[in-house]
Amino acid sequence: MSAAPVESRRVLITGLSTYWGGRLAQELEKDRRIEAIIGVDSRDPRCELERTEFVRIGTQHALIRRIIDAAEVDTVVDTRLVVDSIWTSARAAHENNVIGTMNIVTACDGRESPVRKLVLKSSAHWYGCERDDPAFFTEEMSRPHPPETPIERDIVEAESTARDFAERNRDKTVSVLRFANALGPDVTTSHTRLFSLPAVPGILGFDPRYQFVHEDDIVGALHHAVREDLHGIYNATADGVLAFSEVVGLLGKPLLPILPPWGTGTAARPLNRLGLRIPVEMLNQMRYGRGMDNRKLKASGFGFRHTTREAVQAFAEHLRLRPLTESAREPYRYEREVEEFLRWSPSVRRGAAAAGQAPDRSVSSHGYEALEARELVVLLPSLPVDDLAALRHHEAQGARRVEVLEEIDRLLANTEARPGAT
Amino acid sequence: MGEPTTTHAGDDVEQVLGAPPAGELARREPDPRDLLPGLEPDRQVTDWGRSERVEGFFDRTLVEFFYRYWFRVEVEGIENVPDEGGALLVCNHAGALPPDGPMIQRAIREEHPRRRPVHLTVEHFFKGYPGLAMLVPKVGGVPAHPANVHRLLSDERELVLVFPEGRKATEKLYNARYRVRRFGRGGFVESAMRARAPIVPIAVVGAEEAMPAFAQLGVLRRLTGLIYFPVTPTFPHLGPLGMLGYLPAKFRIRFLPPVATDGFGERPWRDRGLVQDVAAEVRATIQEHLFDMLGKRRSVWLG
Repeated sequence: MSAAPVESRRVLITGLSTYWGGRLAQELEKDRRIEAIIGVDSRDPRCELERTEFVRIGTQHALIRRIIDAAEVDTVVDTRLVVDSIWTSARAAHENNVIGTMNIVTACDGRESPVRKLVLKSSAHWYGCERDDPAFFTEEMSRPHPPETPIERDIVEAESTARDFAERNRDKTVSVLRFANALGPDVTTSHTRLFSLPAVPGILGFDPRYQFVHEDDIVGALHHAVREDLHGIYNATADGVLAFSEVVGLLGKPLLPILPPWGTGTAARPLNRLGLRIPVEMLNQMRYGRGMDNRKLKASGFGFRHTTREAVQAFAEHLRLRPLTESAREPYRYEREVEEFLRWSPSVRRGAAAAGQAPDRSVSSHGYEALEARELVVLLPSLPVDDLAALRHHEAQGARRVEVLEEIDRLLANTEARPGAT
Repeated sequence: MGEPTTTHAGDDVEQVLGAPPAGELARREPDPRDLLPGLEPDRQVTDWGRSERVEGFFDRTLVEFFYRYWFRVEVEGIENVPDEGGALLVCNHAGALPPDGPMIQRAIREEHPRRRPVHLTVEHFFKGYPGLAMLVPKVGGVPAHPANVHRLLSDERELVLVFPEGRKATEKLYNARYRVRRFGRGGFVESAMRARAPIVPIAVVGAEEAMPAFAQLGVLRRLTGLIYFPVTPTFPHLGPLGMLGYLPAKFRIRFLPPVATDGFGERPWRDRGLVQDVAAEVRATIQEHLFDMLGKRRSVWLG
């Protein structure tokens, strides 16, 4: 696209221990063109990584700069931005979003810096949700009113820091991706919490338009921004805009319009006490909704693998399966000594290990694939015949565990032998 | 409503792919129309929030009753509505809760060979008022934002109906009937020029008598948060349902020959004078035809 496209080979991920930082690192590890992946964060990583190197620092720009210079990092991906105020206090979010972004940008600044590309994971909250919004925001539109909630203010400020950086450093590529609300089996946001309730609350008399983007597509879009040369701002949202009632219908839950149309904020406050946390930036979205035009990102060559509807369906599927899969999952714990041993000890036989296990840790297969064969065999008799057949097909395509296949065949043979039995 | 609304995006893509590229833009870079979201056949709601089910329900009940039996709508010049491509329908506007929009939508569905759906531009107010915010998008209302009109006309190549008089028309009282108000700042002409879509003027007779407004109550308007609060033969003394208390005036809808907007050269919308001229011309055409239709009308109720 530009005269000299940036070839990303050595990537620094800031915010490695956020959900998105970890997922992106896993994704980049699979990309053989990426030589080095370095992650920084102030907390330990929360997912298993193979060749990513982790350095535990905050966002002090002098330290980041030393890492960048020493490792000759050519691409910095900032995945730290807090875009959902359920996670931290407004003050901590401000510290992270505004001051943190400023520090990271400072660390990449200047002609002598090896950094050629900066990717910022931003949010559709940049646009806000107001009554007089267009139905589809495009990248060159600005928000019609100044932001009123702390999170939106932070995002606007973080983006303006990135824009200033882009103006100062015209030789560098600065990509800002504005993601719609994330949805998927693995990520937790205030929306997934809301949708996990037995009935989904809404505002009386409103049926806003909603867009979601599947978590795998978010990781994919960030990877796309590392691989390709995306100058400027890109809306990253899946195809399709659903009405809120449609979303709730796909989840198979009742919609409860318990929030009053007037004084919504006041009514939401006691609900907060009861544990139903609806952040302020979400209230406007539940009232007016938002739509974005994703054609600029699609024109750059990125293909979304899920539409909004498919993302909601995937999430609905996860909600139904959760009682089965929850117990099978073991939380990952970062052990510095082990990780360092695996990466640097001369005793580790790297080639063999990589060929032998090379597990595909794409998170979508977390649920079912994570079950041990032994556990599966115990579960099998409780499944109806159709599901058994489907499962057999899936197993034959994927893991091909003999004991599972044999058990399914035995059960199927049994049901065929006794027609009429359920 | 015969045709499922969800298929239109797909139709458009077919049209675009089948036809040679229209503008110069299409030749230089990938047509943004090809990147529009595809259709999902299982959905009953479009990306604009329009619901086939809800619209169909109203169409079979209220709209059917008013169109066929109450207003006995008669349509002239339906051939002036293009068979394909975007077009901006521009109409005079009247009545406290104006019935002209739904009647025009119905007329095109009923009389036009392609039965094309019409997107009705409405005030942003409707997106912010509880209840209406749910209902209006479902029956084909779209907030009157220039970007929305442009996307519908240029990218999705649909029919869009605008009332350029806006609130000035629905606020006016009975004694000012059939006098077309100023057409805003000509924003609708600008939208049509940008989308290179023709403007189809429409003259409607009957809406003014269907719900005459005798007064506007400022105090009650502020109390209810509505955009205006009229006094009509049935409202407010019969309650909210009085808003549907239309008198059985005879409706006539006349579609006038389209005004092309693609013959003014490059970026004609920058020329404010030209935009104003076209707007004034469209307004004058509608006014002229209104007087013509009124002159021929023998009775308000029988036509």
